[in-house]
Amino acid sequence: MSTATAPRRQTESPGAAPGGTARPPRRRKTHSPYPTWFHLPAGVFYVVLFLIPTIASFYFSLTRWTLFDVEFIGFDNYVRFFQEQQLIQSFVNTFVYAFLTSGAKVVLGLLLGVFLSSQIIGRGFLRSVVFFPVLVSTIGVGILFEVLLDPFDGPVNETLAIFGIEGPGWLTDPNLALFSVAMVDIWAGVGLATLIYIAGMVAIPQEYFEAAKMDGASAWHSFRHITLPLLQPATVTVVLLSLIGGLRRFDLIWTMTGGGPGFSSDVLASVVYKQYQAGFFGLSTAGNVVLFLVVAAIIFPLSWWLNRKADDR
Amino acid sequence: MTNRVWKWGAGSVAIVVALAVFIVPFAFIVFTAGKSQSEAAALEFNLPTEWHLFENIATVLSNRDNLLVTAFVNSVIVTVAAVAIMVVLGAMVGYVLQRRKSRWNPLINAFVLAGLIIPPAVVPTIWTLQGLGLFKTVAGLVAVHVAFGLSFCILLFRSFVATIPRELDEAAVIDGAGPISLFFKVIFPLLRSVIVTVIVVQAVTVFNDFTYALYFLPGDENATVQLTTFNYISQSVSAHNLLFTNVLLITIPPLIMYIFFQRQIVAGMTSGAVKG
Repeated sequence: MSTATAPRRQTESPGAAPGGTARPPRRRKTHSPYPTWFHLPAGVFYVVLFLIPTIASFYFSLTRWTLFDVEFIGFDNYVRFFQEQQLIQSFVNTFVYAFLTSGAKVVLGLLLGVFLSSQIIGRGFLRSVVFFPVLVSTIGVGILFEVLLDPFDGPVNETLAIFGIEGPGWLTDPNLALFSVAMVDIWAGVGLATLIYIAGMVAIPQEYFEAAKMDGASAWHSFRHITLPLLQPATVTVVLLSLIGGLRRFDLIWTMTGGGPGFSSDVLASVVYKQYQAGFFGLSTAGNVVLFLVVAAIIFPLSWWLNRKADDR
Repeated sequence: MTNRVWKWGAGSVAIVVALAVFIVPFAFIVFTAGKSQSEAAALEFNLPTEWHLFENIATVLSNRDNLLVTAFVNSVIVTVAAVAIMVVLGAMVGYVLQRRKSRWNPLINAFVLAGLIIPPAVVPTIWTLQGLGLFKTVAGLVAVHVAFGLSFCILLFRSFVATIPRELDEAAVIDGAGPISLFFKVIFPLLRSVIVTVIVVQAVTVFNDFTYALYFLPGDENATVQLTTFNYISQSVSAHNLLFTNVLLITIPPLIMYIFFQRQIVAGMTSGAVKG
């Protein structure tokens, strides 16, 4: 399909004449002011570096593939993927990580968005401060928190020690590492969710709140029956963006824990990199296909359902 | 009355919390970057007794044959080239996609969405890059960023083109403008505000990218700043002052972007919220 799109696009103009039914017939041979070939340069990048690799990944995931040769081995890579404990763990971790970060970003983003839309002092300052981590590189954030969360003399645990609490090994305890990274992810990403909610709040006409107040609605009722339903589009955006990001997350986890200790904070994306590094290209690509299927199986139905719900209103 | 209590009370509490949660970590970067090596090793949150910031910057930049300087040059080249290509090509697609009703539009739209959602298949992408002779080259990394970033640009351009009246195109065509001059001389200049948004958002994204640099331009000698900073962790665990100087340096470009283009960044990143 990939190779066929480009030539088909080119032949579209002359071929469209007999097929056009609803539209006025296009002047033959003269050029439309909107040339189809405008799609072509972008299409080349997309097809060569995104579409072809994606389609090829399905084939390569069925092979034992090194730099030098390719050997077809059927579904062995997938079987292996769901037999080895560490690989299953990464599969489960991907979901835990994505749903945890996404859920927290929705809840915190909503609360912060509503709060930062109310009349308080220092509002502009607060908005800027909450948003800024979004722009700091993941490497910077990762290194920063790796040091802050150091189990022995990291500032976080030293602060806890002042209150007599013995801080855990945030990134060295296998039961905790994934959650610590997720917390940092939330810290860095909540600003974006907040801003999306603020943009949604701005779009709600102020009269609604005034009318509700006239009718004696409490603050909670206004929030529950006006703010929340009218913020639905913002919620859809936040859920989808953060789930897509969370399921694909690699850089933060890789910087902070490298998937460790052991394999306790491995996710699909980090397994893909580890197997690639180890030279198991086929297994790595199988991991990529699994990730692809997970993302597609969650995001497409979810976006369809969420958007339909938004339209029903 | 309650309004004023809320305004001042809640506001001040929020500012204190924000200071603790968001400002302190960034202050920690700056403070540690200003310390001497022995002082930084204590990992304490306090002002350096003596500021060594400029010394540290000089050390970090000149380390290992100006490695970081080379990396900065690479990062800037990748960012500028990728963003320039994305903007022009993305605008062309967004414009025709919005203006011309075609049977292929649903397919193209599906591809655009797929580009936003589907995780790229990295190893097969390396395989294609190798076939083109672009693997481990700056040009290859630029091409990859263009391929993965186009979808976002196309979406923004498409919705912005919808706000430009068609009569303008018709007038230009009557005046004898061909398709190319119609687009580049009439439409493209009108896209200015959305172009600024796309440039700023994508520049920050590309500059901050770590994953694709790790896969497609690996190594240490000829890397981007994110990658050299990452490699720094393994090389000098003890020199926290230099590590954080490094982090500080790579945080400055996005910070400058944010100061000058706050409005555009916010507009670009929240563009999904209104249309849902």
